[in-house]
Amino acid sequence: MQTEQTEAQQILKEKERKANYTIMAKKYLIVIILILMIIGLSILNPSFLRFNNILNILTQISIYGILSLGVFIVIVSKGIDLSVGSILAFAGIVAAAVSQTSAAIDQVFPNVGMAPIGITILVALLMGGILGAINGSLIAYFKIPAFIATLGMFTAARGAALMVSGGRPVSNVNPSISFFGSRLFGIIPVPVVIYATVIIIIGIMMKFTSFGKSVYAIGGNIDAAKVSGIKVKRNITIIYMICGVLAGLAAIIHMGRTGGSIQPGAGMGHELTAIAGATIGGTSHSGGVGTVWGAVVGALILGVLVNGFTLLGINAYVQQIVQGVIIVAAVLLDMRKAAD
Amino acid sequence: MNDNILLKMENVTKTFPGVVALDEVDFTVKKGEIHALLGENGAGKSTLMKCLIGMYSVTDGKIWFDGDYIENYTMRDSIEMQISMIHQELNPVLHKTVMENIWLGREPKNKFGLIDHKKMYDMTLDLFKRINIDIDPKAMLLNLTVAKIQMIEIVKAISYNAKLIIMDEPTSSLTDKEVEQLFIITKELKSQGISIIYISHKLEEIFELCDSVTIFRDGQYVDTRPISEIDTETMISMMVGRKVNNLFPKDDFETEIGKVRLNVKEISDGVNFKNISFDLKEGEILGFAGLIGAGRTEVMESLFGVNPITEGEIIIDNQKTAIRHTDDAIDNGIAFLTEDRRKTGIFPMLSVGYNLVSASIDSYKSKFGLLNTKAIKEDAEAYIDTFGIKTPSQETNIENLSGGNQQKVLIAKWLLTKPDILILDEPTRGIDVGAKTEIYRTMAKMAYTGKSIIMVSSELPEVLGMSDRIVVMHEGRITGILENKGLDQQIIMEYATGERDDFSDKENEVLEEELV
Repeated sequence: MQTEQTEAQQILKEKERKANYTIMAKKYLIVIILILMIIGLSILNPSFLRFNNILNILTQISIYGILSLGVFIVIVSKGIDLSVGSILAFAGIVAAAVSQTSAAIDQVFPNVGMAPIGITILVALLMGGILGAINGSLIAYFKIPAFIATLGMFTAARGAALMVSGGRPVSNVNPSISFFGSRLFGIIPVPVVIYATVIIIIGIMMKFTSFGKSVYAIGGNIDAAKVSGIKVKRNITIIYMICGVLAGLAAIIHMGRTGGSIQPGAGMGHELTAIAGATIGGTSHSGGVGTVWGAVVGALILGVLVNGFTLLGINAYVQQIVQGVIIVAAVLLDMRKAAD
Repeated sequence: MNDNILLKMENVTKTFPGVVALDEVDFTVKKGEIHALLGENGAGKSTLMKCLIGMYSVTDGKIWFDGDYIENYTMRDSIEMQISMIHQELNPVLHKTVMENIWLGREPKNKFGLIDHKKMYDMTLDLFKRINIDIDPKAMLLNLTVAKIQMIEIVKAISYNAKLIIMDEPTSSLTDKEVEQLFIITKELKSQGISIIYISHKLEEIFELCDSVTIFRDGQYVDTRPISEIDTETMISMMVGRKVNNLFPKDDFETEIGKVRLNVKEISDGVNFKNISFDLKEGEILGFAGLIGAGRTEVMESLFGVNPITEGEIIIDNQKTAIRHTDDAIDNGIAFLTEDRRKTGIFPMLSVGYNLVSASIDSYKSKFGLLNTKAIKEDAEAYIDTFGIKTPSQETNIENLSGGNQQKVLIAKWLLTKPDILILDEPTRGIDVGAKTEIYRTMAKMAYTGKSIIMVSSELPEVLGMSDRIVVMHEGRITGILENKGLDQQIIMEYATGERDDFSDKENEVLEEELV
């Protein structure tokens, strides 16, 4: 009798263990896909794995990787942000306009002189933060659906960037800005260092602060979040504000990489790449589900794809088709995960 | 196979990642019988039914229906095989009419291929006649009560010529009168040869309605018996696997009632309730009775800061207290277990661990504002142990737990905020007997340690069994505040329906008497 029971228990345990394996496999599926992509590309073109090329990829993804992390937080809260590309442009244009070189500024305001680089950074982050907070307030306090509110910002911020710049690129920016496009000790690209720092900060925020946890709670069940004493409206505003600040940060890197100029059309389409990165990384658009490392891997997959295909000489149009397929496939996998 | 048997499920096993929901269970339903399926939450009843209707595919096992062996079928197939399920949570199209809901996706067409509304109307009336119900086929679903929507679901099942109708807790949101009508309809269906699987936690219903009963426990089959050969006590002990001695353990504790802790003075919200005044003492359990829609939940929501009050004041420990937001309420030592577990209670996709600390998370902040995740884990583990929450781990998403275990998580969540005042809104709704007694015991214990408890409940036996005093509400007003001595259900119902009213305007009363 007793042996019979232990046997039954063992079968039960065996069943549970098998089920756990499937969970693990699914959880790390995108990492496995990334690794397979890397292996495949290295075999097809050994120069892919060269140190410099790896740094290249990381530098290339740093801008939309940072945007993607902002959008990631928004999506976890069951929102969406279509405006990060436009905010990047506006924040960059305004920051560039207040950071003109002495030579350029003297023509308009003699004896004012060049603003310190700190002002440039501050203005870019501040502009991003303000526009983000406007997004958030519209959504939290005026109950405008996130899609609509940020679609409005998408259009308006781009318009504002065009207006401030008169439709022309703004150059003659404080030359110190090129630091943000340079390499530390001549080796490590500064954009990558900034991206890594943002990953760590957001990672800590999402896992080890009550604010970060509240983002999951708001996305998971906004009514229950309210009852649990979470300041839902305030936090939603902050979520979009962070997303905006990160867009401002991306603008700084953008100017650094272009050597001190920015076009009013900068960042166009980046909002969709950012959403794609977060989505491929398993961030669920039903809210409450997603990991920082997932969003990073998602951005990496997109970066590796573009870089690898370019190395292999595959044309850009085909790249775009493959990107589209990957986004849909990632969500499809995600939904199957949810259905089981 | 026996001619008399409609459904036979044999050795059915269903596993989910990390959980074995059904472990080689058997289930047989005869033609034209009402068969109760009984078990605690998490026993596997709903899972078995979802396997039966093709929503889940079984991991292992065999199913015969109406003489045929069936496997690998979808929900659509099961409807065509004439199996219908009335779900616990109904999902009708609210902005369409009754008849459009019934014939959704298979509307009768005229010769031009357009929808023939006249024919649809007649067909609907025919169905209504079959079970003697009186609803306008052209009424919008929006304007109907839950009971009527449920009847429409039953009519829909009949419209598919269902041979088997599954009713999953059909009476959980019905009034007594509506339950009666449902029973009449159900018996009518039976007399027409339709078999019914009836899932309910209410044992008295099962005795009144069903012919036989099958009991599950922890995903395993326990027994099947004709209803005449079983009594309540046996049923309960089969469900919980042990004897339940005292359903309401309040008398096991000698609780002393202390001074007034909460004093509510003439509060109104301008819509749902007005002039609500009562007090709540240390160690007291204050029951809130009334019919659905009497405004009890709304009063509690306002006390907790979910919705604002427009008039009146709230006094806690002799201090006038403004509660503008839920975190004000939590800071003032109030906890609020909401009525609707899914809507305002759990975070379904988040872990049991997070759900446990979600209302007290700020107390885990260390310097630098970072969370002490180790302390969170330890506390979660401790509360899972104390409350006997059945979960594979604290990382498991709460949606994978049974209703009773989810409720225990929510109660633990609120105790973690170290409250002085606990507001429990329908704390045992949709929960089985075993979990119920555990929750009653926790409540009694809390009161014993000096906490004050408000329990809103629509189940009168539990109000009478647990409360020290009972507040009865009727249409947004309090009609009685009664000491729980010598009360019975009848008296409370009189206050709840407004027949008795201790607080009505005296002058009006005199005036009315004069007029009579």
